[in-house]
Amino acid sequence: MTAIDVAQRSVRRSGAFALGSLALMAAVYVRALAFTPPEATQGQAQKIFYIHAPSAWVAFLAFGIVGICSILYLALKEPRLDRLAASAAEVGVVFTTGVLITGPIWARPIWGWWWTWDARLTSTLFLWFIYFGYLVLRGAVQEPGQRARFAAVLGILGALLVPFIHVTVYLFRTLHPMPVVLNVNGPQLPPAMLTTLLFSFSAFTLFFATLLWQRYAQATLTEARAAAQAEADDRA
Amino acid sequence: MTDTTADLKVEDLARSFGHVRALRGVSFTVAPGEVLAIFGPNGAGKTTLLRLLAGVLRADRGSVRIAGSALLRGDPAQRRRIGLISHASLCYDGLTAAENLEFYARLYGLAAPREAAARALDSVGLADRASSPAGTMSRGMQQRLAIARALLHEPEIVLLDEPFTGLDQRAAGALREQLGRLRAERRTVVIVTHNLDEGLELATHVAIQVAGRFVECAPRAGDPAWYRARYAEATAHA
Amino acid sequence: MPSAVRGALIIASKDLLLEFRSRTAFLSSLAFTALVLAIFNFARDPTVTSAADLAPGILWITFCFAGLLGLNRAFALERENRTLEGLLLSPVSRSSIYLGKAFANLVFVGLVEAVALPLFALFFAVPVTPVLGPLLGVMALATVGFVAVGTLLSAIAVSTRFAELMLPVLMLPFLVPPITSAVQVTSRLFAGRPFSELAPWLKLLGGYDIVVVVTALLIFEFTLDE
Repeated sequence: MTAIDVAQRSVRRSGAFALGSLALMAAVYVRALAFTPPEATQGQAQKIFYIHAPSAWVAFLAFGIVGICSILYLALKEPRLDRLAASAAEVGVVFTTGVLITGPIWARPIWGWWWTWDARLTSTLFLWFIYFGYLVLRGAVQEPGQRARFAAVLGILGALLVPFIHVTVYLFRTLHPMPVVLNVNGPQLPPAMLTTLLFSFSAFTLFFATLLWQRYAQATLTEARAAAQAEADDRA
Repeated sequence: MTDTTADLKVEDLARSFGHVRALRGVSFTVAPGEVLAIFGPNGAGKTTLLRLLAGVLRADRGSVRIAGSALLRGDPAQRRRIGLISHASLCYDGLTAAENLEFYARLYGLAAPREAAARALDSVGLADRASSPAGTMSRGMQQRLAIARALLHEPEIVLLDEPFTGLDQRAAGALREQLGRLRAERRTVVIVTHNLDEGLELATHVAIQVAGRFVECAPRAGDPAWYRARYAEATAHA
Repeated sequence: MPSAVRGALIIASKDLLLEFRSRTAFLSSLAFTALVLAIFNFARDPTVTSAADLAPGILWITFCFAGLLGLNRAFALERENRTLEGLLLSPVSRSSIYLGKAFANLVFVGLVEAVALPLFALFFAVPVTPVLGPLLGVMALATVGFVAVGTLLSAIAVSTRFAELMLPVLMLPFLVPPITSAVQVTSRLFAGRPFSELAPWLKLLGGYDIVVVVTALLIFEFTLDE
């Protein structure tokens, strides 16, 4: 089988898994909305937490993957690592955007305004800008080897920046107490809510993994097609 | 003037940029006192080859050896043995000729940078323009400055990338004279050009590069007409 | 002197020689800085908001703008003259190229800050002299972090099509830790707060500087053609 056939099969297979995990996510929502008790003070609005928290976890996980692939790429020069990093960045930015949308939706009914500079939301905002820079840079460099190298350098820098932004935001917040939208370490969650939360985290992580696989498979297919085209041009 | 000479040995050198295979496996040897002229159309990969020889680009495959020791991209000592004359002068427009050469002399760790710069300017006949900013010099003068810069550290290997581009008769003549001098000094010279007439006159060996490969590489043994025909034939297929 | 530093100083002195011979970039940065400071005055109602509240932010945003303008010049210089190849051909190490460019940037941005500070004190009637020492210290720390990242990113940005636009887009997230820390320390200095309140921010700044400089030295070579 040619490289293109292998890549196409991978795309189809990963697509099937992605649909499967999407169904799992739907199950999570059903459970969250219908079968989990609402929180005492916040009411139904709190349920967005089951989407918001796992999205944030995935957003940061995705950039962690970008960072690790970047280091490995510079060491090993393997183009597949660069493709994985690019795929992780594209999928990651979508989840990050999700966090930045669900956060304000949650904050509005609770605090009266969409954006309250909550520590975690603020960190996520800057994570979004790091993703944005990374994707813009990738788009601005034509030559594949140079693009991979530049992206890897930025990926490493970005991954190192994330903890510093956390510390900055945390330091700022402890000195200037502000409303807290997401309090993971809050009062003990009753078992029903905890179960839903864990279920949600797992479903989201699985969904992310399948999306990542699918994006990577698509990138591999594109690459295989381009290689075949170049080969054909060469022989002509 | 140094007495050291070094030969240049290239084995199966290859380099790709993404899907573009710029160089597909080139091998040759150039001994001290020899001048290898490489002719080829645009896109043949000549500049890629030269940059690999200069140690500025990393090869995907193959090796470059100077006097037996491999040229590794990270090794500064080997870079001292190479001089590159490009069609860009690699000099700063805002600095004077003397300042440009002094800068490079310091970069190469030469003992007395100012004197070395003055000597180099003298050898290319630019001593009276020492205080002119490089940006105000004519193309011919800039080329002479480029030659002075490339030979400042007395390299054993001299690489030239399309050196005759944009030169008038007088400047081209001066360059030819300079190349003759390099040959007499037993340096190892590789010149890449698409100008058959200019290159042939000085060459001891001739190669024709098409689409990343050498289709011809032998000591010079024919008249210009023969080479012109051979070149036309080789490039007709490209 | 280690050869990496020697090479760096040769490159830095060449950069500074060129820069101050033409003076265009430097004078433009100074003029821009003065303008930004002046515009900030019109951005507030002096009868309602006191200068002391906004001053630290104004100072550091001004430094940021001026710094961003200056950072691009380091590698733009090599691109315009097409001389990067000359540096890569020479036996100087890749780290020397980074250090040299960073030194030159540091001097450039430092000089702009040195002129901007008295202007700032003048425009906003801020008593700077009592805390001058510590203020210069935090300026040095923040500028090092800023220049270290900026030099590395400008090496990347200069090879892209819209270099002047690309650098700020890439740089701005990286400014959050150093600039926030600098503003916090500066405002506490002006308010005469005890050192214990400054310490956490100074630690953040110092840690950031170390991580950024070490990382830049390690990965700079990958921004160069190979």
